[in-house]
Amino acid sequence: MSFNAVSLILIIPLVAAALLAALPEYKLSSCVNVIASALTLGAALNLIAHRPPVTPYFLVDDLNIVFIVLNTFVGFTTSVFSASYIAHEMETGHLTPRLLRFYHALYQVMLFGMNLALVTNNIGLMWVAVELATLSTVVLVGIYRTPEAIEAAWKYFILGSVGIAFALFGTTLVYAAARSVVGEGVNGMVWTALLPHASAFDPALMNIAFIFLLLGYGTKAGLFPLHAWLPDAHAEGPTPVSAVLSGLLLNVALYAILRFKILFAANPHVIPPGPLMAVIGLVTAVFAAFMLYPRHDIKRMFAYSSIEHMGIITFAFGIGGALANFAGLLQMVMHSLTKSAIFFSVGHVSQAKGTQKMAEIRGLTESHPLLGWGLVLGVVAIVGMPPLGVFMSEFLTISSAFARTPWFAIPLVLALLAAFGAIMRHTHRMAFGPVQGSVKPSHASFIPMFVHLAIVFITGVFIPAAVVVWFRHVARILG
Amino acid sequence: MSVMDYSVAHMLAGALMLASLMMLYQKRLYALINIYALQAFLLSLAVAWQAVLQHAPQLYITALIALLFKALLIPFALHHIVIRLRIHREIETVAGTGTGTIMLVGMALVALSMDVMLKAAANTALLEREDLAFALAVLLLGLLMMVTRRNAVSQIIGFLSLENGLILAAAGTKGMPFMVEISIAFSILVAFIVIGLFLFRIRERFDTVDLRALDDFRGERRLTEVSSGRSSCGNEGKTL
Repeated sequence: MSFNAVSLILIIPLVAAALLAALPEYKLSSCVNVIASALTLGAALNLIAHRPPVTPYFLVDDLNIVFIVLNTFVGFTTSVFSASYIAHEMETGHLTPRLLRFYHALYQVMLFGMNLALVTNNIGLMWVAVELATLSTVVLVGIYRTPEAIEAAWKYFILGSVGIAFALFGTTLVYAAARSVVGEGVNGMVWTALLPHASAFDPALMNIAFIFLLLGYGTKAGLFPLHAWLPDAHAEGPTPVSAVLSGLLLNVALYAILRFKILFAANPHVIPPGPLMAVIGLVTAVFAAFMLYPRHDIKRMFAYSSIEHMGIITFAFGIGGALANFAGLLQMVMHSLTKSAIFFSVGHVSQAKGTQKMAEIRGLTESHPLLGWGLVLGVVAIVGMPPLGVFMSEFLTISSAFARTPWFAIPLVLALLAAFGAIMRHTHRMAFGPVQGSVKPSHASFIPMFVHLAIVFITGVFIPAAVVVWFRHVARILG
Repeated sequence: MSVMDYSVAHMLAGALMLASLMMLYQKRLYALINIYALQAFLLSLAVAWQAVLQHAPQLYITALIALLFKALLIPFALHHIVIRLRIHREIETVAGTGTGTIMLVGMALVALSMDVMLKAAANTALLEREDLAFALAVLLLGLLMMVTRRNAVSQIIGFLSLENGLILAAAGTKGMPFMVEISIAFSILVAFIVIGLFLFRIRERFDTVDLRALDDFRGERRLTEVSSGRSSCGNEGKTL
């Protein structure tokens, strides 16, 4: 029974992928996609109540259950959004039925890869899972087959492959460092076997391993030196894919870094991973904040905003301590929900207006009130205005940064202000003023967007005590 | 382990790194592909030798994959692609600097990886330590090749040689689990890359160093100017 619970969140997407690859009718297959995602969410919720035993391959603990539930939840709401998005793409002839079969099947493969990366207890298997998720998203990004989309997919592919290669080298080094202590074979790659002995691992090898792991998985998380794939991939792929990339895949990569951080922090002889993460996160956030200004493409702008948030989150985990870890976790969840809500809205906006160029989108609140206000709300949330959830997490990050490393806090505040200015400036022009562009009504499903925004709003005002206790507990695990 | 066992492993790993260095100064794509094939062949020998030394039968599978897939199938496909893209006669100029500078940088990278890895892995077995050092050198040389070449095919060969280094590291680390799975996963990745190259007829890499080109790729310049058939995707519009 308990073993089935874990395998369910892996088997459902796989079966669905096979089924969707065979189904020819797109309305039916988007339904199947939604149902499969809902079932996976159900299986994930079941994991909260029935925690399965730890095996060398699967592990469900207090840390990853948060991400599993978040992953399957956003996977589900995105599939609902995707259904209405895809219907429009079929009407306008951007996608053919054959490509759509491909799209749906790969969507489930991607969810499978991410779920596997989250539930696995094994650093080797995690690497394979992240690679699988990367490959499926590469194809999804390039699915429109325009020259721009192919370029974006190719760039993502090459940079992602280098990241993946680095991550594998790091993983090999961790195993090499652990082998003399833990012993040969599968045990040398199992979290739960590695963690108790981490203090005895060879520190010199571990130092090099962490650099490769941070660079490798950091590429996938969009951290600074290797982030160049991210804006292109977000802008040129279908919008549901952008939502999942920002909302989930970046989180999965960060989750991998966090797991390794726990492992490395447990060894007192290793260079502490925290400061390295804090610096890389800060540089990423500052860089992305200023890159937000000269944007012309709406999806590209929000992609830079995702880079900025990944920077802030990495920074928060980097400075560490109970408060900052709590803030980082909260921000991961809030960013994931808010950013995917924004992309839901942006997807319909660009379909209704027939363009992604911000200069050609004006007066949204007048021409498409629900969409326009949804976008405004999402933006207000993402720039960290009170009383929404992101405000709380950013406030906590900044206050703990001031308490621990004040010199780091100042550039962070600057970055937040710069990002605030840039996004508000662009959004203000799009949302208000005289209407420009098409005014034809959009047949969008607003439910996923507003459900996400409602959760973000409620979290900003009131977090249930049980959730606080849970997050505090996880923050302690993160050290 | 006898001196002989060690010497053979050491020689094979060293030869792998030499092949990487040789790739750096190749100007013709054919020669580059052939050296890659040679490196993959050396890799399969090195992995097979590790299988003998470690008594690890699963490593034979990895060696076999390296031999069939990387040393035969991939070079064959790349030859085919190069002819189809009509770039087999092209002489590649390496961006910015001359070959001499790149060789110097390459040697510096080799020295760096020896210095770093031999110290860091001081507590592991002799053989493993040297394999890791050579592997890091191959990895860095592959990366160097990726950033200095303009042609997509040679950039990809840079990645493929980088990946050879990874497999060497993983095979040299005694008792590494999931070796077969990892080499299959990598083969899928490589197959994707080669198929993508073929399907989309990508001739040039996307120059992420040149900022002006970057603006083009971002589609942000297109507000004012209509881009007419950029070379990066070749005659993709006509052929697809």
